[in-house]
Formats: sequence, C-alpha cells, structure tokens
Amino acid sequence: MAGSQPPVGVFALQGDVREHLAVLTALGADARPVRRPEELEQVAGLVIPGGESSVMDKLSRLFGLRDPLQQRIAAGMPVYGTCAGLIMLAERLQDGIAGQQTLGGLDIVARRNAFGTQSDSFETDLHIPALGDPPVHAVFIRAPVVEAVGDQVAVLARLEGGDIVAVEQGALLATAFHPEIAHEDRFHRRFLEHVAARA
Amino acid sequence: MTEKTQGTSRVKRGLADMLKGGVIMDVVTAEQARIAEDAGAVAVMALERVPADIRAQGGVARMSDPDLIDAIRAAVSIPVMAKARIGHFVEAQVLQSLGVDYIDESEVLSPADYVNHIDKWPFTVPFVCGATNLGEALRRITEGAAMIRSKGEAGTGDVSEATKHIRTILGEIRALSAQSPDEWYVAAKELQAPYELVAEVAQSGTLPVVLFTAGGVATPADAALMMQLGADGVFVGSGIFKSGNPEARAAAIVKATAAFTDPAAIADASRGLGEAMVGINVADLPTPHRLAERGW
Repeated sequence: MAGSQPPVGVFALQGDVREHLAVLTALGADARPVRRPEELEQVAGLVIPGGESSVMDKLSRLFGLRDPLQQRIAAGMPVYGTCAGLIMLAERLQDGIAGQQTLGGLDIVARRNAFGTQSDSFETDLHIPALGDPPVHAVFIRAPVVEAVGDQVAVLARLEGGDIVAVEQGALLATAFHPEIAHEDRFHRRFLEHVAARA
Repeated sequence: MTEKTQGTSRVKRGLADMLKGGVIMDVVTAEQARIAEDAGAVAVMALERVPADIRAQGGVARMSDPDLIDAIRAAVSIPVMAKARIGHFVEAQVLQSLGVDYIDESEVLSPADYVNHIDKWPFTVPFVCGATNLGEALRRITEGAAMIRSKGEAGTGDVSEATKHIRTILGEIRALSAQSPDEWYVAAKELQAPYELVAEVAQSGTLPVVLFTAGGVATPADAALMMQLGADGVFVGSGIFKSGNPEARAAAIVKATAAFTDPAAIADASRGLGEAMVGINVADLPTPHRLAERGW
C-alpha cells in the first residue's frame, strides 16, 4: 500500500489489538490503536478486533467512544469487525447480556457464542468466492453467527451447514472468524481498499 | 469444504488472545458471576472459596462442586474458567466434561502431584498455568499450557509478589533476547526448558502465549501497575468480593485496566470504592504458607 494513505485505527480498549495492528502494518498501513475520541478523529477507517463484545460495549460507553463511533459509521467510515467486532457492528443482537448495546451499521442479526463452549471452537477452510483462491483458513473462537441479513447485505461466506460467517454492506465488513491469527490478510486488504476508495 | 478441527493450539491460545486487556474475576456464586459480568469482566473463575478464605480456613483445597460450576455457567455468557489441582488430570477431565472454557492448573489449590504437572496436550479445553519466572513459564508451555499468569501471592491483597513475578518473567525475556544464538544452548540448560522454545522466545522477544498477572491485585492502581509493567491482562481473586463494595470495585478495576496509561482515569476509577480487602503482608507469611512456591 502507498505510504500516502491516511492512517487507520484498531479499537484498542480490549481484545486482540496487537494481532490486527501487525497485519495492517505488514500491509504497509499506518495503523494505530484507538482508545479515545481524539484518536478516532485521526483515522480514516477502523478495525474492531476479537474480544468480549459485552466488555467492548461497556468500555466504549465509559470512555466516550460510542457516540463518535456511531457518527463515523453513519458517515460512511470503513470498518472491519472480527468476532466481537462483528457483534458490535450488528444492528440487532440475540442473547446479549442485560443492557448490552451494539454500534450497529450492518443490517444483520447476530447471535453470540453460537457454537457452544471453548472445546467446540474450531478451525476450518472456507471457500470464499469474493476472495478467490486459495481457501480462507478460518479460526472460530467462541464465535458468533449471522442469523439474518437485510437486502443490502452481501453474504461473503457460509459454513457447510449454511451458517453465515462473513458479510459486507458498503464499507462495512465483518467476519465471525479471526484472519488475524491465521496468517490471512485478504480481509484486511479489502478493508484498506475501502479506506483508499474513500480517501 | 473441509472438516472442522477442534482443540488445536491456535484455537486454545486464540481464546487467551481475545481476553487481552481484560479482567478475569474469581467468583464463588452465580450471583457474584452476574455482578462480575455486569461490571465488565472478560471472564470469570468459578471456585468454591476465594484464595483469602482458603488461606484463612486452611485444609486441602480442591476442584469445585460440579453443581456450582453448572450454576455459574448458566448465569453468564462470558467465558467460565475453573481450577484443577496441580497434577490432578482427572479433575481436569471432569472440568472439561462440564464444559468450562479454560482450566487453571492452580497453586491456589492443594497440589495433587508434587512431581508432575498435568499433560495438557490431550485436552480440547485450554489451560492457564502460574509461573514465577521464565523457566517455569516455558516448562508449563512445553506441557501444553495455552496461557500463562504470573503467580503473585494469592489471597493477600499484597501486590509485591505479583510485581516481582511479572518483572522477573519479562526481564528474563529481555535478557534472553539480548543473547547471541550460540548462548541459547546454555540458556536452555539454565532455564530448564527445551532449546526450541528458548530459541523461539529469544528471537521473538515474547512468550508464544498470552501473559496475564495474578495474586494480590486489590485496587484499580494495582491493576494498572500490572498493565504498565507489561501484562496482557489481570486476574483478580479475593480483591473484589472481599472488599466493601464489590460492584463498584469490579467496575473500577475494569476501567483502570483499559485506561492503564491514563492517571486521571485511574484516579477517577479509584474514588469512593469503600474498604479494600484487609490484606496480609507477604513478608509476614511463613514460607510454608506461600502458595507461589507450589509448582516448579
């Protein structure tokens, strides 16, 4: 990527922030952790990492990030969410904890922790037409699934049983799995292309 | 499409990655688990007695009653961890069958084997183990631990041992990184750990698994201290539910852990929390009562 691209951020109040920063940096992006509203103002796109969505929700409200994040998403900022990040981007959430809110943006219904306990977490290969070959090696860790999608949402990937695990709507991209811990950078490239297209 | 594989190192270590920046809280009832989740805990540790009570009451401390673990699992949607005794692989089998998300092979319980730790590789559930230094951490990783926590001295509310252990582990990693490759052979001998793992740490400058800290954290400033020293996250045991206002203290420790570089935010989190847990100075503890010396 060209060095002239605007900086991008990784939501850094909780989760696997370091892994996302490493993938973005390796792709040549100027990637920075975002913890405060002032830091959000400096970036042209944001990755929301894996972590605990209930904790991210609380912390984003506690540190005043929730409102500016929602405004930026509404204004078209590209965002890529993995796992908990997918949950944060969902307009509607099934089985959140009491009072749990999402940021919204993606016209989907997400269900948290859809596969069972940690022992049910798994790795598998997914053929994703939008990304071409080779298949994506996908790591699902206490992962959510997308239960339903609106008309404007493109389904990028499903599991064999039909569960939707990757979606895109405009500049918003989300996966239920974790490319950042599997040496897979095509989703991050796609996110950076969204950022470049809006620069 | 291909099949699914479960219980891989990547999946086990990956869950610990997702907990980074978070606070894992000891809970002894479903009600406490709900309070912890509401306060922003990233996971809960289900156990029968917090370390301060184990210390006060004495006796042999064992795995919790399955009914208690079931009740806590039913109460929350965040990951649930539970403790097995060092070397007690059957307690670990039982915890795996109960569906806990992580097993802590813990020196807080009475060891079941004074020679061997659990062989953790055959399990699909991941393990976290305590360590006081780099060699101990690497031996646990060799046995299959997917996450390390520095031990500290549980149940004291005295953070000095936690400070010592996280500084020791990270300091030894820095020292190892400064060595030249022809010195790694002796480093492996001295650390009593496999050469391949020692070489990996020397080259990467970090452990191959997430490193949390534990044992004596009682205040928001304690948690932020651990994070500034380089921990990936914090376990809080007796510090929350042995304090005057558990709800407020739990939320305050979560806030200070997330904002660990911001003294104004830590100050704000520290206001009006009521009594901290009473605490015991580690220096006043006779050696046989120091839990950190269990495990080797």
